[in-house]
Amino acid sequence: MAHEAIQIPGISHASLKSYVIGFALSMALTIIPFAMVMFGLGSRPFILAGIALAAIVQIVVHLHYFLHLDRSSEQSWNLQAILFTFLIIVILIAGSLWIMFTLHTRMM
Amino acid sequence: MTTDAMTHDEVHAHDGHGHAETVSNTVYGFWLYIMSDCILFASIFATFAVLSHNYAGGPTGKELFDLPYVFGETMFLLCSSVTYGFAVLAMNRMQRQQVLGWLFVTFLLGLGFISMEVNEFHHMILEGRGPDRSGFLSAFFTLVGTHGTHVSLGLIWMLIMMIQVMRKGLTTQVQSRLVRLSMFWHFLDIVWIGVFTVVYLIGVM
Repeated sequence: MAHEAIQIPGISHASLKSYVIGFALSMALTIIPFAMVMFGLGSRPFILAGIALAAIVQIVVHLHYFLHLDRSSEQSWNLQAILFTFLIIVILIAGSLWIMFTLHTRMM
Repeated sequence: MTTDAMTHDEVHAHDGHGHAETVSNTVYGFWLYIMSDCILFASIFATFAVLSHNYAGGPTGKELFDLPYVFGETMFLLCSSVTYGFAVLAMNRMQRQQVLGWLFVTFLLGLGFISMEVNEFHHMILEGRGPDRSGFLSAFFTLVGTHGTHVSLGLIWMLIMMIQVMRKGLTTQVQSRLVRLSMFWHFLDIVWIGVFTVVYLIGVM
């Protein structure tokens, strides 16, 4: 019973290198925000900005190195779907917070 | 059982275009499911953000969360993401034993993560800091619990895939399922980045 490796965009080109780079970057982007909060490295707004930035960069790192998402043509449908989802998420979260905090202020 | 020597073109010609296209469509469909799951998590994140200061006189994030413990959970999940990647690499090389080995390592790491989370929940509930204590804690248990439920379902799926790899071998169908589980697993790690940042790190500040 001989089977062949299937061809999936991204997956078939996955390499050890991409996982190792992704892991190293993710480790750094996890240690930095934890260290910033645990050891209070900087003022509150500075730490908030730092951990938010580390989270966003780490999400992009995971998408690129683990889920193999890139701008190649074979990935364009996946990319379009995630960009649209991102738009919905921004509307949903920003919209909810805007409405709820405005309401909160008006009720005071 | 070895196809290692085959070039990509030979495999493609042999596999036939129709077959490859069906697998691609299935994978894209699963990607769309993951996108809808993202929106589910976004709404729970929004709920958490709205309720994050409604302590009702109960404990705050600062009193509840132990960052080194959360860092440990994060490491379990991050390492499991990478070991699943190694399983995919072994699958591309059609090395069945290695696929099984890496899936097993991934399963153990995932189990480590979920055990730590269950332990955390258990202690909180025993101390009267369960989801019924405050709006903040309701939102906390909903968000972290929904993620934990996804991870648990992923572990069950992984167990099933280990059995399928053992019994069926790396057939096209089994490979397609392994690829979809890999997407699910990496996606859960991405959601966890949001959880440890928004819930734990900001909660302790």
